[in-house]
Formats: sequence, structure tokens, C-alpha cells
Amino acid sequence: MKRYLPFIIVAVVAIATLGSGAMLYRAKVPHPLTIPEDKSLSGKGDAESMHIRGNANAPVTLEEFGDFQCPPCGSIAGFLDELVKEYDPHLRIVFRNYPLENHQHARDAALAAEAAGLQGRFWEMHDVLYREQAIWSKADNPRELFDSYAGMIGLNLDQFKKDMEGGKARARVDSDRERADSLGVQMTPTVFINDHEIGPTDKTPDGLRAAINAALKEKS
Amino acid sequence: MTVSRFRNILYIVVAIVSLAGLADAGYLTVQALTGETAACGGSPDCFRVLGSSYAKVARVPVAAFGLLAYFSVFSFATFAAFGYARARLFLTLTVGAMFLATLWFLYVQAFVLHAYCRYCLFSAAIIFLLAGLVIALPPSQDASDA
Repeated sequence: MKRYLPFIIVAVVAIATLGSGAMLYRAKVPHPLTIPEDKSLSGKGDAESMHIRGNANAPVTLEEFGDFQCPPCGSIAGFLDELVKEYDPHLRIVFRNYPLENHQHARDAALAAEAAGLQGRFWEMHDVLYREQAIWSKADNPRELFDSYAGMIGLNLDQFKKDMEGGKARARVDSDRERADSLGVQMTPTVFINDHEIGPTDKTPDGLRAAINAALKEKS
Repeated sequence: MTVSRFRNILYIVVAIVSLAGLADAGYLTVQALTGETAACGGSPDCFRVLGSSYAKVARVPVAAFGLLAYFSVFSFATFAAFGYARARLFLTLTVGAMFLATLWFLYVQAFVLHAYCRYCLFSAAIIFLLAGLVIALPPSQDASDA
């Protein structure tokens, strides 16, 4: 019996590891969210209340909940812009702020983007914030950098500073956050294509293309 | 206490300690497989480490290699405790390789990514402990296999 005991012990540990790993995987694997019809953006071209990139009346809507300090959001921002051009005029992107609490400067960055949006330059600030993410994320006072980005994209600096502190930008960030919470969003980037959440491993150029193509096929 | 008994106790301790590493690496492997490391929501530093290109080798999460390595350590320590002489050699080689890999990953976290993931640091602590235990093992007098 003693001769077989080490084999038995090792086999038991192997089975226990595989079993508990499978259970943990099942518990952790995300269940994709779906936006209910009453909250759906599909078919709504309301450019006043949301930031849209691409054709406002496009049949496919990609809604992203993003955090400017989140590195994966920065990674997908680059190719989302390319996808809009590639699928023009069939795709539009809607950006929603979801600044995570554990990202120290994320809320200020969201306010900067919204303040730029009040001067009609939301996407320009969005792009600069993601491009320069590694720099301002580690800065002690990122607001100084946001001011310099505002100057770079041609904003009225005094107005930008006022808007950063004002209620309008804050209200927009809060309303995006409320929408995210009501949909059950918990992490960034969370991406919906025509109301269906994209799985975490599909947030790649090829994964998103496949989802956009499927949505286009469904619409045609 | 005889030297041989002391050695066996150390092998059992190595096997038990490696189970903690097995759990840590298993958790990180599941996180990588579910795509959790490709999103923000938990610790930003952990994302910076686990979401970096250094966390995968040929698309396989490094944590999966860690899982395999800890399981090997557990198996070799168990067999060594039952007197299998070759298992002692494999145990030393595996822990040595893990120790070198840990030094590399600590360097990457400290000087390349400038971020530390607590799960990786826990794993590093376990490997240092395993290395210490393996060094503390008295040399074997019996070279024959059981």
C-alpha cells in the first residue's frame, strides 16, 4: 500500500486542483449583459445627450463604458477609431464615462473630457487623454496637464477651467455612471454592440469586427 | 531526531507550502482564462502586471506555467518524502528554475512595469521559502531509488 500512497496523494491533489479550478472558472466567467429595450440606444440619434463618433444614424451602435485611467480602455480606444472609419457609415461609437474609484485621477479626466465637450471638442480631448494616459496617470497634479491638453486642442482655457469645476460636466459624468450602474456594468472597458455586451476575450479588433458584422447581418 | 526523519519532515513542509503556491497560481490562471485581467475593476497595479505582455508566453498565461511548476514541486516533494531519490533531484532543479524565473518577474515588476501585483509577490515569497527549504535539506546518503 505504501508503495502506491505517493501516487494516490498526487492524483488526489491533481483532481482537487482541476475540480476547484473548474468551479472557480464557472463562478468567475462573466455572463454577458443585455441592454433592455427601454434603455436601448439603437435607432436613437440624439446627439445632444451623448458623445457619438461616426454616423449618428448608423444601424450599428457600439456603446463603450470607459475610464480614461484604465490601460485596457486606452488599448481599445486606438482601434475603435479605425473601426468607425472602416465601417463608415454603418457604425457609430457612443462613449460613456465610468471612472473607477480606485483610479485616483479618472474622475478628473472624465470631467476634463466633458468640459472639452462643452466647447465641442470631446473626442479631441478623449484621444489626447488616452494617448497621454501613462503621463497624467502618474502626475501629482494632473489638472495642470489637462489644462495644457486643452490649450493643445484649441479650447478657451478660462472657460475650460470654469467648466471643469461647473455642474454641467459633473452632471454628465454622473448621468453616465448612473446608466452604467442601472445596466449592471462593473468593469472597464465594457462594450455593447446593439445592446449586447461583448465578452472580455472578444475586445480585440477581430473580435469586435466579428460582432459588428453579425449585428450588420441581423439588421439587413 | 535522525537526519533522514528531519529530511522527510522538510519534504512534507515543501509539499504543503507548494499547495499555497498552487492555489495562488490556479487563481491567477482562472483570472487570465476568464479575461478578467484584460479589464479594469480590481487593483490597477495588478492589471498593469497581469495585463502586460510579460504575463503571457506564446499566448499562454505565465500563471499556467506557475500552476504546472507548483504541481511538479508538490509531486516531487511527495515522492521524495517516500524515498524516491530521483524526485529529490527533480525537486531541486524545479525549485531552482522557479527561483530564477521569480527573480526575472520581480525585475520586470520593479524596473519595467513599475507596478507590483500582490498575487505575484505572494508567489515570489512562497518560492523564496521553497528555495530556503530545499537549501536546508541535509544531503542524502542514499542514492538509490526506492
